[in-house]
Amino acid sequence: MSVDNKKIEILELLEKDSRLEVDKIAKMTDLSVEETNQLISEMERDHVIAGYSTLIDWTKVLDYEGVTAMIDVKVTPTRGVGFDKVAERIYRFPEVKAVYLMSGAYDLSVLIEAKTMSEIGRFVSDKLSTIESVLSTTTHFVLKKYKHDGIIFESDDDDKRIMVTP
Amino acid sequence: MSPSSKTSYLSRTVEQLQPSGIRRFFDLASKMENVISLGVGEPDFVTPWNVIEASFHSLEQGYTAYTANAGMIELRMRISAYLKRKYQVEYDPEDQIIVTVGASQAIDLALRALIDPGDEVIVVEPSFVSYAPAVSLAGGIPVKVDTDPAQDFKLEPYQLEQAITERTKAIILCSPNNPTGTVLSKEELTALAAVVEKHDLLVLSDEIYGELTYDDSHTSFSEIPGMQERTILLSGFSKAFAMTGWRLGYATGPKEIIKAMTKIHQYTIMSAPTMAQHAAIEALDHSESSVQEMKKSYRQRRNFVVKELREMGLDCYLPGGAFYVFPSIQKTGLTSEEFAEELLQQQKVAVVPGNVFGRSGEGYIRCSYATSLKQLDEAMKRIRAFLKTL
Ligand SMILES: Cc1ncc(COP(=O)(O)O)c(C=O)c1O
Repeated sequence: MSVDNKKIEILELLEKDSRLEVDKIAKMTDLSVEETNQLISEMERDHVIAGYSTLIDWTKVLDYEGVTAMIDVKVTPTRGVGFDKVAERIYRFPEVKAVYLMSGAYDLSVLIEAKTMSEIGRFVSDKLSTIESVLSTTTHFVLKKYKHDGIIFESDDDDKRIMVTP
Repeated sequence: MSPSSKTSYLSRTVEQLQPSGIRRFFDLASKMENVISLGVGEPDFVTPWNVIEASFHSLEQGYTAYTANAGMIELRMRISAYLKRKYQVEYDPEDQIIVTVGASQAIDLALRALIDPGDEVIVVEPSFVSYAPAVSLAGGIPVKVDTDPAQDFKLEPYQLEQAITERTKAIILCSPNNPTGTVLSKEELTALAAVVEKHDLLVLSDEIYGELTYDDSHTSFSEIPGMQERTILLSGFSKAFAMTGWRLGYATGPKEIIKAMTKIHQYTIMSAPTMAQHAAIEALDHSESSVQEMKKSYRQRRNFVVKELREMGLDCYLPGGAFYVFPSIQKTGLTSEEFAEELLQQQKVAVVPGNVFGRSGEGYIRCSYATSLKQLDEAMKRIRAFLKTL
């Protein structure tokens, strides 16, 4: 199998579980630990692996308050740089978790997380709407997360098979 | 009248059947808690969602009645197209394919359609636990042939030749194999085909693990030149599509044999479950990527388990298919049963002793890697700890 295929295999494993130990990855992909480490370092260096994150279901954490909203933003593109400049002005805010350029009824989709609804309100009215090229915003609050990044929250993953079968 | 007036009302055939060793291990394991089971002969994935959804749709559309005895023609057409795509063999959906209640029923039907009392059927061991009993239940005599672990449990032509007698009617082949994971290559199958031809035998080719090969693509016995007329291909949806509980399989073969099987099926089962047949259509039409994904995961876990077992000093060859590894435990000096039972008692890991699958499985254990990596990892730690105590 080619190095590129091995890389893809490693990426898929890490995407499912970024804490998967290197020696396990090595065994599964039929590489040595050194080769695996080498490929992972290469992909980190090239920003193919852009980071390692943990998916948390915050609703299960007592005392944690948090609100997620998705904001549809219409903007006037800027000459020369299109949507990139205004997108950057938005994605630099730490409370902004994701920004996508969209086709269709609006231009940018902004995912934001904050402690309270009013914090989100403040972000939209003070920070977002006041950016010169922003024409309009529509804010949707997330009521419940069922699935995120391919992971189903609260899924029942019990093994329903009986202990020993032919 | 009390049944005690006769010694037994049971048929001699049934009385003489051995209770399955798998059953015994199930009884042992299910009485304990926190057991990690490597004893499961089925996928750990749930059926792909689109397939499940298709059965909902089938019910919503009101398909709650019997189908044609041989199965829905739409499904038989899909099976035909699938086999053509995969193996370049042609089967007429009208009269060369029957949809059954699992490959299990396909095996039973084939044997019942072929066997007269006293006919011999060759069973290659280690083998799936149902073959020999199914031959007996059909009135035949199972003739067991041991394979050699040194040859990765591959049946060699001379071994087949030696087992053939005047009464031999058929041989049951299984590649990829349960419990060994052994896959027979095109060349190996061709060599066996020569013997089959010479002695005018039929082959019941159980290819239920045909989608699950990890190093080379799968060869069907039916695609070996001259063999299609002699092959009853038995397969199903259980393993490839993670559909064990749906009870759906099929058989393809020469017209008159499929016709005979359909006759028995008609008087015994009527037809396979309708909603499952609709789900199977969806599985054949739209599940290629799910199958590939499951397959990739099995391959990774196979590699992991084989390397782990070798690191702890157990001899284990790399099986080419299915989802079992079959390591030797001879070094420990224990029998397969002792090993499996001690491992279960001491470390709460369930494996199946190899002798359950026939005499030549003695000294081996079957470990299924159709279990999450996390569970496999923990199981390997426990087996390692167990070996240290010996
Ligand atoms: C080799 C073999 N054949 C047939 C079967 C039965 O499959 P089905 O669920 O289609 O009846 C199994 C199940 O374990 C098997 O391992």
